[in-house]
Amino acid sequence: MEIPMIYYVVVSTVMFFAGVYGFVTRKNLLAILISLELMLNAVDINFVVFNRYLFPQQLEGFFFTLFAVAIAAAETAIAIAIIINIYRNIRNIKVDDLDKMKY
Amino acid sequence: MDFSNFLWMRDELTLLAVILILFLYDVFGTEKSRRFFSATACTLLAVQTALLFLPALAGEAFGGMYRTSPAVNTVKIVLNAGTLLVLIQATAWIRRADVVIRRGEFYILTLMTLLGMYLMISSGNFLLFFIGLETASLPLTALIAIEKYHHDSYESAAKYVFIALFSSSLMLMGLSFIYGAVGTLYFSDIAARLAGTPLLYVGLVFFMAGMGFKISIVPFHLWTADVYQGAPTSITAYLSVISKGAAAAALMLILFKVFAPVAVVWQPVLWGLIVVTITVGNLFAVRQKNLKRFMAFSSISQAGYILLGVIAGSATGMASLIYYVLVYIFSNLAVFGVISVIENATGKVCMDDYNGLYRTNPKLSVAMMLALFSLAGIPPFAGFFSKFFIFYAAVQEGFYVLVFIALLNTIISLYYYLLVVKAMFIRQDDCLIPAVQSDGASRFCIALCVAGIVVIGLLSCIYTAISGVSFGM
Repeated sequence: MEIPMIYYVVVSTVMFFAGVYGFVTRKNLLAILISLELMLNAVDINFVVFNRYLFPQQLEGFFFTLFAVAIAAAETAIAIAIIINIYRNIRNIKVDDLDKMKY
Repeated sequence: MDFSNFLWMRDELTLLAVILILFLYDVFGTEKSRRFFSATACTLLAVQTALLFLPALAGEAFGGMYRTSPAVNTVKIVLNAGTLLVLIQATAWIRRADVVIRRGEFYILTLMTLLGMYLMISSGNFLLFFIGLETASLPLTALIAIEKYHHDSYESAAKYVFIALFSSSLMLMGLSFIYGAVGTLYFSDIAARLAGTPLLYVGLVFFMAGMGFKISIVPFHLWTADVYQGAPTSITAYLSVISKGAAAAALMLILFKVFAPVAVVWQPVLWGLIVVTITVGNLFAVRQKNLKRFMAFSSISQAGYILLGVIAGSATGMASLIYYVLVYIFSNLAVFGVISVIENATGKVCMDDYNGLYRTNPKLSVAMMLALFSLAGIPPFAGFFSKFFIFYAAVQEGFYVLVFIALLNTIISLYYYLLVVKAMFIRQDDCLIPAVQSDGASRFCIALCVAGIVVIGLLSCIYTAISGVSFGM
């Protein structure tokens, strides 16, 4: 028996909005980065599921996912580089310490 | 595989060659020979810009993945001109002792973002579009953090990288819904199969939100001021004109080529976004004291004006948008040129520091005044013509109320642009900024920009040429 598509889509949507919630509420830069990864991975699930269930004759969604994973890795690398740089400078990665520029 | 396909990507390949040459030069050049690095980079980019003036190709390669047309080519020329000006302007800053070690990175990363923007505007598939977008925004993050021991620089880089990631994931979510609704990612196939299903609309909303972050239109603008203030001034200049102009052009091309059948849905959304963008950008600019933050809010409201060309959806709209971006590049880079000259010499960027600037630095003050007049749209300068064309394009399609609101906002913008002029020419101060001796490159760049402001508006052949290659929905 095959699992209906809606189950996958529910999972990916919950993941995505959990990521949005984490992005808004977290105070630690690494936790924010993890939330962003949740969002990006939710998108990947979406692409794969749509491809597998709705358009199984082509592989565009799978390919998009492959590229999206690679680009997400690059994004994470650069975000972590910046986080490490911040840690070296202020010995802390809390967003509260990055509030010099406001309004 | 048919390698002749690559010939369609002439512009990208020449830019890539420039990047590779600079990379090898940076790695293998001796310390002594690297003195000419800035000059070489500017010359190579100038040569590459000249190559863009070869007769434009029109067609598609790699099965529709990559598409080029004379209009895309024109946008590329405009972006190239702006990048060239930024590179010339950055020469003095990048020679400073604490950043000179990262000189090669600065030029290579800047050109890499330009390559990303090329791919973004000439893509024929959302996959290539997404790759181009990320190629344009990831090196920018590194560029913002380039003064890595400087608190402002890494704070704004952190803000930018998280917002960039957040907006790309929003946009990807939108793309996944569009894929689910249509079943393909090729622009031409989407346009052919487009049906107004709710899934598609959700995807469109997410997609426009993601692009909204890149162009910094108003509910998605909150990162702009912080990033612009914290980034090194040359990078701010790049962000505010090239990055924004490329994203606006890409949004326009996609809305025209892909989502034209559902224009009745996205036009009202864009209508609201433009009104909010112009108004909020203007009102917040009034209360800014830091000139870089001030320019950030000014650029937010300018983004609203740029989008007027998108909402019009006609060939006139596209022509006026490209023209607006061109004029905006020259005006904004003149302002940033002056800001960076003053900042490099004295470290001051507040509006109050500019009190009485005319008495000590008359030439810089006049250049800044002309640029601000152009941004505000005062008649003899190019800014007036670009605003005129973009309003004309919107009125032609019947957006009377929208243009009226935009006109009212032009008056507000005149007020705050004149605040700077007033500070420079009328207000007096006890501790004036001393007479600044700017270097040759900055002076050349500011002179070019001012010449552009004066000439572009009066040379009608430029608008005619742009309008000749434009197309509507």
